[in-house]
Amino acid sequence: MDFVIVLVILAAVVYVVSAPLRRTGEAAPSPGAEIADLEAAREAKYREIRDAELDHRTGKLSDDDFEAIDRSLRAEAIEILQALDGAKAERAG
Amino acid sequence: MDPSRKRAIRLTVALTAALLLASALVYTSFSAGRDELTASQLLHQAVPGKSYILAGTVISQQRDGSALLFRVRDPKLHVSVPVRYTGIIPDPFAVGRGVLVTVQKQGSDTQFVGEQDSLTTKCPSKYQAAAGSKY
Amino acid sequence: MALVGRALLILGLGVSVYGIGASLYGALQGGQRWVDSGRRAVYALAGVMTLAFVILEAAFLRSDFSFNVVAGHSSTTTPTFYKATAAWSSQEGSLLLWVWLLSLWSSLILFLTRRKVREITPYATAVLLGFATFFGSLTAFFANPFATTANPPSEGAGLNPLLRHASMMFHPPMLYSGYTLLAIPFAFAIGALITRRLNSEWIQVTRRFALAAWLFLGIGILLGARWSYTELGWGGYWAWDPVENAALMPWLCCTAFIHSIMIQEKRGMLKVWNASLILASGTLAVLGTFLVRSGILDSIHAFGASTLGVPFVILLGVMVTGSVALIIWRRADLRSDSQLDSLLSREAVFLFQNLVLVGMTFVIFWVTFFPLISEALTGTKVSVGPPAFRPFIVPLALVLVLLSGVGPLIAWRRVTAANLRRSFAFPVAAGLVALVVLLLVGGVSKRPFALAMFCLGTFVIASVGQELWRGVRARRAMTRDPVPRAFLQLIRRNRRRYGGYIVHAGLAVLLIGVAASSSFQHSHDVVLRPGQQAVVDGYRITYVRPIARATAEKISFGAVLDVAKGGRHVQTLTTTRGFYPAQDPTLGVVGRFFNGEEESQVGLRAGLTKDIWTVISPDLTPIQPLINQGDQVFLKAMSAAAALPPAQARAQITNLFAARDAAIGALADRWVRHPWAAEFLLIVSPLVTWIWLGAIVIAIGGLIALWPVPVLARRRATSAYAARLARELA
Repeated sequence: MDFVIVLVILAAVVYVVSAPLRRTGEAAPSPGAEIADLEAAREAKYREIRDAELDHRTGKLSDDDFEAIDRSLRAEAIEILQALDGAKAERAG
Repeated sequence: MDPSRKRAIRLTVALTAALLLASALVYTSFSAGRDELTASQLLHQAVPGKSYILAGTVISQQRDGSALLFRVRDPKLHVSVPVRYTGIIPDPFAVGRGVLVTVQKQGSDTQFVGEQDSLTTKCPSKYQAAAGSKY
Repeated sequence: MALVGRALLILGLGVSVYGIGASLYGALQGGQRWVDSGRRAVYALAGVMTLAFVILEAAFLRSDFSFNVVAGHSSTTTPTFYKATAAWSSQEGSLLLWVWLLSLWSSLILFLTRRKVREITPYATAVLLGFATFFGSLTAFFANPFATTANPPSEGAGLNPLLRHASMMFHPPMLYSGYTLLAIPFAFAIGALITRRLNSEWIQVTRRFALAAWLFLGIGILLGARWSYTELGWGGYWAWDPVENAALMPWLCCTAFIHSIMIQEKRGMLKVWNASLILASGTLAVLGTFLVRSGILDSIHAFGASTLGVPFVILLGVMVTGSVALIIWRRADLRSDSQLDSLLSREAVFLFQNLVLVGMTFVIFWVTFFPLISEALTGTKVSVGPPAFRPFIVPLALVLVLLSGVGPLIAWRRVTAANLRRSFAFPVAAGLVALVVLLLVGGVSKRPFALAMFCLGTFVIASVGQELWRGVRARRAMTRDPVPRAFLQLIRRNRRRYGGYIVHAGLAVLLIGVAASSSFQHSHDVVLRPGQQAVVDGYRITYVRPIARATAEKISFGAVLDVAKGGRHVQTLTTTRGFYPAQDPTLGVVGRFFNGEEESQVGLRAGLTKDIWTVISPDLTPIQPLINQGDQVFLKAMSAAAALPPAQARAQITNLFAARDAAIGALADRWVRHPWAAEFLLIVSPLVTWIWLGAIVIAIGGLIALWPVPVLARRRATSAYAARLARELA
């Protein structure tokens, strides 16, 4: 009885683990390393912009300082977005 | 001050602080440390007035009023030392258990006095094969 | 079923080895389908381990003593809750728990990243399965939880009475969850180093796992401290014991890590530092797992030497050399993207905090391992002990608390001097007010370090309070919400920030409790007879009457104590010492009871300001002659009974056991009717409860920071920004 149970589990494991190997056709292409990197950088940059805003609203940054930081963060974000557009276009093309 | 010089200064400061900490640590360890000895080592090396940490297994115990008298055996040799101890006795303390106790030699005889509250007992071994239990 | 269990362990091992091969082959040559197969191997491992664990638990719950571990750690008289949790009180069961938890978290991270970080995951999978292979082979071949015996005993040894405490039962799963969760960012760091994908991707996908590891590990450590305080008879919660330190070290490194990764995410700095930190944390986690069961360090918990030492040392050696080699190999890719702008910025505060935490870890590591270091260098084991920690840890802890209050008050990148003044005014004032008030209260100035902690703690709590208040005010300026709603929305929309602030506040409360209870404790060791009393810190503690209980399981002697202050009754406390019979019959039928396990029940009154802690240590000398006498009488009677024909012998022995129970009962009775003096340890400690309250606040803050943002909300936020930026572009 024990033996049968083990065999059944073994069969299930082999089935599950070998499924990708029995696949026919191409797997969906992955987004690509560079695009993934840029998207991660974009998320991080948005977060930085939000953090700077919150810092300003809770009085840790003066208006002048905030504007300077916000401007440079926005510029950095735009660079990332442009690079991202470029990478996506390159991929599609 | 240009950035690379600033960084060099910061690195130097950090490393110096780390070095100071490390030196203080090493100094404290070697000066405040107490030797951890087995029963046989204790019998050979103990000097009256100096504290040592005795490690070994308890082979007998009895109460003497508020003090606890027990003998600690050497893990390898058939030698044991008597200890007179006052203070907290840990829950797992029993004959056959491993203990650590800070002791000092009293005078020229082989009686060792345990430092107040310095007794620690090894928890009964969960992680060893259960010693043969009879039912 | 034991055979099925064993087979499952071996199957799990096979699946792990296959998974390593498939993942690596897929990464190097074979393509995505082999990588996918490797990932599915992890899922399969999780399934197999779950089944194995269920089989073990089932054996415990039905008290199947053919399983050696069940016979060794449980009994029919063990309550069900402790039967279930006894599974991990053994070496074998705890290792199985480790692998099982590892397989679960690994499956989770691989499922969540199945379409992301495709370069890194195969190597991360291989590392995780490498750990699974190691621990799996230990359980399959060296510490088999499914080992059986052909002649199962009729009764098990039972759970060590010291472990019959809820905290102690959740403590291992919490610790192991922490350790195994740390393996995730560790594995992804290795993968990132190998594939040179050293931007923040590997951090972003594993950030929550690192935070969860931090949370669980911290809770596990605090549960251990609570167990020590309420269950063990020494009245403390932390002894700087090697096993305690073994769990604290990875936790400190993990705390440093979850802060410094924020800097890498924002500024692309500290790449070498972060990689080293997580590799160190993972290694310390395995070291912690090893220390507890190796016996290499003398500690009250080091459970004697075991055969598992050598494999662990090899694994640790591989982890350390591999980590160092990888970092040196990839050092070019680990260069920073930018510099630290200013020493007055949140980045700088994080950096200092990291240095302090790593410093603390180093101190603890050195002092803990010093006996081995000195033995290697000089031939003698030199032990330094708890007093060595204080001169280093206390100042470092004070600096840490200070930084945890400064951090929330400073902005990223740089600060404006004028705003600095405005931000610091209230918290600093609060700290100074605390200083003045405490100096006026007598006696506090004699403990400068504790005083410093109280003031810095107040500073931190005030700074967190101010930040919450300012955040609510800023939100209300935008949305006109009522205060409660604004508060909730503020936290919901900035979970990482405010969750973190709440953790800081909780930490301040906890450390205030630690400072108070260690510096201002009153402890007395007294011998009392019924009716006598002792005075401790203004509390009059009277030994009212003795109590005793005798069952087949244990005999306990105890006392009822009355606590009064200023003439008014405060609390009635009960403390007992229980004696569990040993199994060895040569100790005597009666004597067995007094030579087995002992356990104290502490009499504790936990208050918001003061804890009153009592424990009794009854002296058995007065009844020793009775015990000896009883042993001899029963020995003679047993021998006489054995000489009778079997049927009569059986009946006689049953009578004798009944007589034994009566004798034990009589001894218990004697304690109550003719009590003799007993030793009591009486401790009055201030603010101990603040430690547990602080811990709860930390846990809440950690959960808030951990809680995932709903995907929909995230996408909305991103597209809003994209729209705004698009306008700028145009």
